[in-house]
Amino acid sequence: MTNLPDPLTSVHRYISNASEDVREMLEVIGVDSIDRLFETIPDEVKLTALLDIPGPWSEIESRRWFRDLASKNKSAADHVSFLGGGAYLHYQPACIDQLLLRGEFLTSYTPYQPEVSQGTLQTIFEYQTHQCLLTGLDVANASLYDGSTGLCEAVLLAERVVCNRKKVVIARSVHPQYTETVRTYVQNLGYEIVEVGWTADGRVDTAALREACTSDVFAVAVQSPNFLGVIEDYDAIREIADACGAVKIAVITEATSLGILTPPGAHGFDIAVGEGQAWGIPTQFGGPYVGFMVVKDALKRHMPGRLVGETVDVDGRRAYVLTLATREQHIRRGKATSNICTNEALIALGANMYLSLMGKEGLREVGEQCLQKTAYLRKKLNGVGSVSLPFSGPVYNEIVVRTPFLAAQILADLEHEKILGGIPLGPFYEGHDNDFLVAVTELHTREHLDHFVAALTAAISRERR
Amino acid sequence: MTTILESDAATTAVPQSTNREGLIFEHSKRGRRGYRLPDLDVPEDAEALPASLRRGEIVDEVEVSEVDVIRHFTRLSKLNVSIDAGLYPLGSCTMKHNPRLNEELARTPGFALSHPLQPDHQVQGNLALIWHIEQTLKEIFGLPRVTMQPVAGAHGELTGILMVHKALAKSGNARKYILIPDSAHGTNPASAAFAGYQIKELKSNSRGTVDIDTLAAAVTEDVAALMITVPNTLGVFETDIKRFAEILHDKGAYLYCDGANLNSFVGIARPGDMGIDVIHSNLHKTFSTPHGGGGPGAGPVGVSERLVPFLPTPTVEKAEDETFYLDHDHPDSIGRVRAFNGNFNVLVRALTYMRSMGPDGLRRIAQIAVLNANYIRARLRGSYHLPYDAPSLHEVVFSDKLQTPKDVHTLDIAKRLMDYGFHPPTIYFPLIVAGALMIEPTESEPKEELDAFCDAMIAIARECEERPELVRSAPHTTPVRRLDEARAARQPVLRWKR
Amino acid sequence: MTPEDSRYAKSHEYINVEGEIGTIGITDYAQKELGDVVFVELPQVGTQLEAGDELGSIESVKAVSELFAPVGGEVVEINERLAEKPELINTDPYGDGWMVRVKVTDPSEVDELLMTGEEYDEYVETESH
Repeated sequence: MTNLPDPLTSVHRYISNASEDVREMLEVIGVDSIDRLFETIPDEVKLTALLDIPGPWSEIESRRWFRDLASKNKSAADHVSFLGGGAYLHYQPACIDQLLLRGEFLTSYTPYQPEVSQGTLQTIFEYQTHQCLLTGLDVANASLYDGSTGLCEAVLLAERVVCNRKKVVIARSVHPQYTETVRTYVQNLGYEIVEVGWTADGRVDTAALREACTSDVFAVAVQSPNFLGVIEDYDAIREIADACGAVKIAVITEATSLGILTPPGAHGFDIAVGEGQAWGIPTQFGGPYVGFMVVKDALKRHMPGRLVGETVDVDGRRAYVLTLATREQHIRRGKATSNICTNEALIALGANMYLSLMGKEGLREVGEQCLQKTAYLRKKLNGVGSVSLPFSGPVYNEIVVRTPFLAAQILADLEHEKILGGIPLGPFYEGHDNDFLVAVTELHTREHLDHFVAALTAAISRERR
Repeated sequence: MTTILESDAATTAVPQSTNREGLIFEHSKRGRRGYRLPDLDVPEDAEALPASLRRGEIVDEVEVSEVDVIRHFTRLSKLNVSIDAGLYPLGSCTMKHNPRLNEELARTPGFALSHPLQPDHQVQGNLALIWHIEQTLKEIFGLPRVTMQPVAGAHGELTGILMVHKALAKSGNARKYILIPDSAHGTNPASAAFAGYQIKELKSNSRGTVDIDTLAAAVTEDVAALMITVPNTLGVFETDIKRFAEILHDKGAYLYCDGANLNSFVGIARPGDMGIDVIHSNLHKTFSTPHGGGGPGAGPVGVSERLVPFLPTPTVEKAEDETFYLDHDHPDSIGRVRAFNGNFNVLVRALTYMRSMGPDGLRRIAQIAVLNANYIRARLRGSYHLPYDAPSLHEVVFSDKLQTPKDVHTLDIAKRLMDYGFHPPTIYFPLIVAGALMIEPTESEPKEELDAFCDAMIAIARECEERPELVRSAPHTTPVRRLDEARAARQPVLRWKR
Repeated sequence: MTPEDSRYAKSHEYINVEGEIGTIGITDYAQKELGDVVFVELPQVGTQLEAGDELGSIESVKAVSELFAPVGGEVVEINERLAEKPELINTDPYGDGWMVRVKVTDPSEVDELLMTGEEYDEYVETESH
């Protein structure tokens, strides 16, 4: 008990009660020390010394240490970034962060008591609406953790709905880390995952897909634009999936693509699931992000996640409330369709604000700029000797670039030019060590793109020598 | 914060602010803009996209100005209660103060603008941070390793149970059952089911805790693990926990701890010392990252030595030259539980908090959290029924037993509390208490706020006696009053339509 | 007043048998306990059930309850009106709120396994204390 501080005298700026308060409260409780309140914890496990961890730090010290740590990173803060692969660098309007820091949004809780949470509930209802408008499907939830766990949830949902089938077909061009996550989630459930590759244009191999879609397949999942950046032919895939009665899942990792590409709902898909990070959320080394799921009306009672519905109060006022809660685990417990409590509410709110600010025209314009700048880059790259764009299918804002040299080597060269040039495909797909993914957004200027091409050209000639 | 005391004004008062703020879609006006992009600086290519892939107008999407957006969300925010504005005594949610330094540091551009797929050498700051927070949690848990991948408590639970499954399968028999007390949160059985197990429910004893003989009888060679919350959902510590661990380990089973209530004993005792094999912690509870209306969170999972090989991959390691790297070489790993690196920027906030608190601060959290809860217990015990006499730590559960004779129930009490300016406690959980009111103040709350809350609860208890209809028809002064939840579920309207 | 022409299960379902067909629903006590019913999940026509099998579920705003077959039988009809108006279970549990009609496999089960109206009322009395 030597270096343990005295609870009567120690103090911290986040813990209001200090010695005077403590004394008064102990008297009301009727014990003479705080230690008495911990008698149910057996002595044999009670700590007799403080934990061996750093701190306490003042804000001054914390700022110093954390900023120093951040300075050890190279990032889009001080480099020109062409990184995509499921996390994209887009324009974040200034309003959003300021609004998110409002205490009423930042420090509120899940809106279980609707009478005092209409702010949160109404914003979720609006976000649900935005998601439906963008995907062309009927019912969206408040959010999931991210795109990868969203795909897991979609697969689990499909199995519940179809029953008595155990196979799911997932295109190889679905984000490999998403498929990896699905494998983890279903490892004890007896499902079989069948992967289908791509053809020369980078699109799903429909012949192989047809072969894979047997009568024991409960779902087909494809991504568009896919991990190679290529836009899939939703109609061809739908036809094949329908023929075997499988649930059709469209995965979207670049949410801004919905501003310009035909949405999955327009092509008869049952579930659109994916990642909302591109809607104005910073890349943050991978999280927090926000998964979305939108389904056909018939599937709504199987949906995971929170749902907000419209109703009225006793005075007839329109109001919003969490609904269809009986799907969830706090009620159905072991038979829940959903195990999501804490989701990504604040991030979803940020995405919601982005969608509201950009709106109908902004989303279209972002989509158009991404498309055009990527087309410009493609043309210029086609003009560089030794650079090829191996996949001929239509693209939105991401392309695979190939050189005669190891991608890692080329990218290291580009790093010297303060360019984060792309993501090597080798770690994801065998035999693609010379390929890397390049993503372009509305943030890239023509100069950035020209500089990229020049730097790449120089890197290649350096490698030659 | 206005306090509405018993008076006729409370029944006849016109609500302060009715919800006049329509949906953003109703504000939309053709031609309005809320943004501007630089002009397109590359030549436009009509062939850039085949026409068949191009969507038309995004029908019904909004057109609003920045003014519209700021105003809309600001007005909506005023309809919410929040910790910033006052006590939020939700049991097991640990609604503590959310320090603003956390927010500032998470926004450091080097963190915020780093990309999850960058090579290790480019993100040494990030990898170092993940390593550091793991070291701190190792010390807090008293366990050899912690995974930072899961992004919520339930996600952590699934991760933990999958590891148990894999470990047992590797020894030849994954087993069939998970034991879960009837007081447990619903995510526990749900996670166990998702991991492929069946659940056997353990009845709590008269203290509301797990009965050691019941447990001993239930642990067969078919049982993979016991999942318990420590302290349990009544706030009562499982004093026999080391013996539970022995019983389980004897039969080759594991002890899983739901760490949602860590706020009650952080720095006072360590899960690893209690024989716990696997524990998830909620960074958005004990470690102050903001709840944000329902997330984001993070649910790191600490494991004992036996389970280390099965941790999600990749892990963050420190090399001999003091650099950091992602290690993918884990042949026995359960796999990855999420793309990328977990909720990194939530980890930044949590580590900021851990450093701000330091070892003495962390210990003080538990001491004052428990003091605050016991103070409420002492002040309210005459007015409300305490179903379990056992000492409780950081939360206390009352019931509506003293009020039901007047036909006033927990729901009504909760709604009436809103008229007094407070968010209600958790209601109807845990399930083993009929009409449960679960109150967790946390350590942030000053004594005067606790007194205001207790004064309100006592006043309401008096109202239940003298004017029960006032309580039954509450709330009266909130932006909206009681909602027709049956209608919302029977005829679900889940989006706006023109 | 619990109808005497039906028989009752401990899990609060009733069955009203006329000829070969038994009409199944939940009792007035059960609907009160459940609160406002918002959704009912019923089995497909043709499903073969044994006594005690789970035949569906019934949801209120805050709770969900499983429904169990009071006796064995084959599902011949389900009450389609409940999809639109689940509240019928609250307002008229013994009449318009019926849920499933079955062709009873073994009529002797009705008296063997179930309680009379009077016995059920007694059972409810003791259960709620």
